[in-house]
Amino acid sequence: MQPDPNLYDYWPYKDRPRIVWPGGKKLAFWIAPNIEFYEFDPPTNPLRPSWPKPTPDVVGYSQRDWGNRVGHWRLMELLDRRGLRGSVSLNVAMCDHCPEIIDACKVRGWEFFSHGIYNTRFSYGMTEAQERAVIEDSIRTVESATGQRIRGYLAPALTHTERTLDLIAEYDFWYTCDLFQDDQPQPVKTRSGKLISMPYSLEVNDVIAYGVLAMDPWAYADVLKRHFDQLLEEGEDSGTVMCIPLHAYLVSQPHRIRAFEDAIAHITSHKDDVWFATGAEIAGHFRDHSWDSTLADISRRGLLRPGTGFGGGAA
Amino acid sequence: MTLDESYLAYPRRQRGQDIERYDWSPMEGRAAAKLAGDVKLAVSIVVPIEYFPLTPSGKPFRHPGAMVTPYPDLRHYTTRDYGNRVGAFRLLKAFAEAGVKATFAVNAILLDRSRPLIDAILADGHEIAAHGLSTDHIHHGGLTEAEERAYTDKTRAAFEAAGLRPRTWMSPARQESTRTPDLVRAAGFDICLDWEFDVAPVGLRTSCGPLVAFPLLSELDDRTLLTIKNHDESRWRDQIIEAAKYMRDEAATRGAECLSFTMTPYVAGQPFRMWAVKEILAALGAIDGASVVPVATHVDNFSTGNPQQ
Repeated sequence: MQPDPNLYDYWPYKDRPRIVWPGGKKLAFWIAPNIEFYEFDPPTNPLRPSWPKPTPDVVGYSQRDWGNRVGHWRLMELLDRRGLRGSVSLNVAMCDHCPEIIDACKVRGWEFFSHGIYNTRFSYGMTEAQERAVIEDSIRTVESATGQRIRGYLAPALTHTERTLDLIAEYDFWYTCDLFQDDQPQPVKTRSGKLISMPYSLEVNDVIAYGVLAMDPWAYADVLKRHFDQLLEEGEDSGTVMCIPLHAYLVSQPHRIRAFEDAIAHITSHKDDVWFATGAEIAGHFRDHSWDSTLADISRRGLLRPGTGFGGGAA
Repeated sequence: MTLDESYLAYPRRQRGQDIERYDWSPMEGRAAAKLAGDVKLAVSIVVPIEYFPLTPSGKPFRHPGAMVTPYPDLRHYTTRDYGNRVGAFRLLKAFAEAGVKATFAVNAILLDRSRPLIDAILADGHEIAAHGLSTDHIHHGGLTEAEERAYTDKTRAAFEAAGLRPRTWMSPARQESTRTPDLVRAAGFDICLDWEFDVAPVGLRTSCGPLVAFPLLSELDDRTLLTIKNHDESRWRDQIIEAAKYMRDEAATRGAECLSFTMTPYVAGQPFRMWAVKEILAALGAIDGASVVPVATHVDNFSTGNPQQ
């Protein structure tokens, strides 16, 4: 174990090289519905119980299933109305369990990225071979179901090992959603590949907002609008990224979804200044246009530290 | 630490659910559910009538609302008891004034202890559902089948002894073991409030016939919103009314839907919250196409596009 992950260099927000999004836009906005499957009775990982309550947690299981049976369709219709494409944080076993959802997203041109196999299978304690198997399964499963080669990763239930980011970089992933250190992308220090940290946000994630922070539907809508307004203002100087990570089992609840749509309407009313993109589109643009200038700026400021994450990924 | 290779085996990775209780059926593309009459929105208010002993075992966890301080926790014991002595009667009066019929889910242990409350509920024509034995009799995977069967059998026997034959079951803390639906159905219940995976009633498969899952929304649980999330009464009211209006609107294209939420006597029945209770009841009554009646009444009036077991 190491006290400092060394996955990225310290890079102060002030006076960075300017990011300009396509069309001269100031803010790249993306929306990430988590489409998840929580197993009823999963095998237990020694480091974390599968469910917060004793298994089976029928309320928890059935509420998450409600997200797929009911909530997903409400959220997808909302995004259709607002002309937004989702970037799906996908437990890839959903391709097997609920193919109707995958097909509906595919038809709409949504992007898929991997959120592991199930949200009840954690990475803690995996060998390198096991972790490779999960990544290869993710690539293969989504490609087979949708034709898409996934480029993004959010570790299942945010469970990592020291080698997770090295491995996805090696498999030519473009972005990780697992790091929360910034409102702009940044190169991740991996052994190989060209991986960026993508702003994803736990702060405006619906699980945190409605759950941990106990926000009511209208308070969450206000938070989203203010978050957006601030990042748009800062995007005048250098392009920012805003992501809204969502879970249909929460945001599509009947008392919440219209207040949420009100916030989305505010955001989509700023079409002149905002690039409505997917995760891979933002990552691709950054890799092509800002990767080199970012590294040069970090180096110029004398902030480049040697090595890569976790001392090269040894675990 | 290493993980056994079985951790990467997925024996139930297949189309649909990973359990046999019910089948996968997305809302999109299925036949619209219908309710008798012109009802589009089946609203049910569930009132938990709970007994919290001073000496909870805490197995497998403490029921929401259970004792908190070192023994004897008179503060929480009496606060909860207030609900059954005072708050429930306040709710009954508000329901009567609004012409609303609710489902009272009663811990069996209270059938004797609080008989006057049971009589008042019955006199007003509300449904009585079984809510297990008490908050300290949580159904969970750590019980043997014999132990859990004793819970359901004793519950049924207590209701029989009280002259009651409830159809609807809600598990204490809505917690179950893998066999709870089988035991609940075997004990003669045909409706269950523990599962909330749809907007319409769906039959669960059990070893002795269908058990209808009627969705009770945990996200609108009054104890959670008002005492854990600390939402104020106006926001509690607003969320329930917004849910009802949204679902009523959605029902125009998706078919009839259920909206069910709790009003817990020691929470919602506080004097300073009654204005919000009354406004919720009035608003629900004013929604065109909404019917606020007990769970069992809605279940009998539903025909759904869901596969029924």
